[in-house]
Amino acid sequence: MSKPTTSRGESIARILPALDYKKIGLSLLIMFFFAFFISPIWTGFVTAFKTTASVTATTPFVPPGPEGFTLDKWITAAEYLSTGLANSFMMTLPATILCVALGSMAAYGITLVDWNRRLRFAVLLLFLFGIFIPYQAVLVPLSDFWINIFQVDTTMAFLGDIPFFTERHSRLFAVTVTHVVYGIPICLLLFRGYYVALSDELVEAAKIDGASVTSIYRDIVLPLSKPMIGVVFIYQFTMIWNEFLFSLTLIGSSSSPAATVTLVLSGLGSDLTGVDFGLRMAGALVAALPTIIIYVLFAEQFAEGLASEN
Amino acid sequence: MASSEETATRSTAGAPGGPEESWGARVRRFSKTDFVRSLPYWFVPFLIMGLGVYGGIGWNTIVSLTDYEGFGQPPDLSDLDLSMYAEALSDSAVHITIKNTLVLMVAFTTITMVLGLFLAIMLDRDIRFREKIQTIYLLPMALSFVVTAQFWLWMYNVNNGLINVVLGLIGLGPYNWISDPSLVLGAVIFALIWQFSGYAMVVFLAGLQSLPDDQFEAAKVDGANTIEMYWDVIIPQLKSSSVSAAVILLIFALKAFTFLYSMFGQYRVPKATDILATLMVREAFQLQNWAYAAAIASILLLMSLAIIAPYLYYQHRQGSL
Repeated sequence: MSKPTTSRGESIARILPALDYKKIGLSLLIMFFFAFFISPIWTGFVTAFKTTASVTATTPFVPPGPEGFTLDKWITAAEYLSTGLANSFMMTLPATILCVALGSMAAYGITLVDWNRRLRFAVLLLFLFGIFIPYQAVLVPLSDFWINIFQVDTTMAFLGDIPFFTERHSRLFAVTVTHVVYGIPICLLLFRGYYVALSDELVEAAKIDGASVTSIYRDIVLPLSKPMIGVVFIYQFTMIWNEFLFSLTLIGSSSSPAATVTLVLSGLGSDLTGVDFGLRMAGALVAALPTIIIYVLFAEQFAEGLASEN
Repeated sequence: MASSEETATRSTAGAPGGPEESWGARVRRFSKTDFVRSLPYWFVPFLIMGLGVYGGIGWNTIVSLTDYEGFGQPPDLSDLDLSMYAEALSDSAVHITIKNTLVLMVAFTTITMVLGLFLAIMLDRDIRFREKIQTIYLLPMALSFVVTAQFWLWMYNVNNGLINVVLGLIGLGPYNWISDPSLVLGAVIFALIWQFSGYAMVVFLAGLQSLPDDQFEAAKVDGANTIEMYWDVIIPQLKSSSVSAAVILLIFALKAFTFLYSMFGQYRVPKATDILATLMVREAFQLQNWAYAAAIASILLLMSLAIIAPYLYYQHRQGSL
């Protein structure tokens, strides 16, 4: 009778020291922060599947029961945001590609080519300030330039003749170019860190062999840049896709046919029934979908971009 | 004629080509220097960026000296004065926004850094699924402020929001996070901390992983307990990561516009959360007070320069530029 008890006691005693309280505490902490970071997104996700009645009747983070389940919010949101999504792609892709290309070239020109050290440093400093300045400091000149001086609405009106475009897309052109201009400095910084760390030997050896500045870039630096091009592309794509201030101030209205997805989303709550949280959550997730997909696939590159930002 | 004489004298002064070298040869030789060869690479991006950034700032400064407002006519440049700055500095709305901006900058930056450091130390060890955990912690950083503002609007909902539901479990609330002027700034700061602490974590993790392992080992052999070891040995070596993270967070807090605009769905955000950045955009794009907005933008720019210039100087001194 007493034998099994002792053996159970023994086995408990044998387990106890093996339980590392530090480890348990650590796991609990990790899970707590996991919940902290995921809960707003998770709550939004399940809410997007709820009928309007079920949104208020159920606990926010609990998935809807069968009677409160609906896909209507997703369908409405996707329809509402579809042109915004298309516009955002049309704006973000070319802007990102240009930023990456110009950033890589500029970084090469001021790191791996030898010319006046002081002048190179001055150029670098001017680029670096460009990363940090608040865009508010250039918003008034920007809209003055595009609308009154460049007169983008008439100058780029020919865009309206291209299929799928309307004249309002001239504003989307303005936003794209603006993103390129202000995206160059950060791309330069990311590439510069990589080029400085590149082994000098290859480049120096090529120089001694008499390779030209262009052929060193084309044959040596560019092929070696591939991993960094990925990092910068992913980082910059996410930044431009998520950006809002330039879209708001240059395109103006969330109902414009040229509105980017962030701009359309900002109008989703106020244009339609204001308190439809199911719809708002579905809209937010639809708008974020491309960046979430990129993030899930390339989280490492995104983190690398962030960490080398400074 | 004069110019060729000048070149001739200058080339005698020490150019390798000697006094006989012609102007054309000099140009040819100059065109083969690495400086000229490097121009196609950096000069075009530099020009575009320079026009956008420095041209924009210069123009903004000029506009801030005029009385430009409304649609239509270009600004009147004949009468430049500092009246807009005088008006801004005596405007009580500006005083409130400066105060809110400072509260946001200090509270947001401090808490985000402490939390980020804590998370980095927590994850800087052998843990199963570490990469996955890190990915989740950083996920908010990949989302647009327009998106996260929607999520937090729902989280803070007075009747059904998750925050009030959770607080209700321990008998608190419900609080009206969004409409209560004494709570709304704190609510906004909390949401921004949620979004950015993953970023601070990544910066600190990179800093921790660049430290040599023997630092940790030495501290363990010395018998320091974990907290002492981090406090005395590890954290002081994270100075450069801390400075970088702090600058990025401060600058972000200074210009945070999108989250506030999206949360409240309009240019006019609640007074308790009105910061310089939102005031500037509202004055310009809702009220068309271009000159006044430009003056506020200049104040904002000066505040950010006060952070950036010492930072870049520090980086230069550290040899990391």
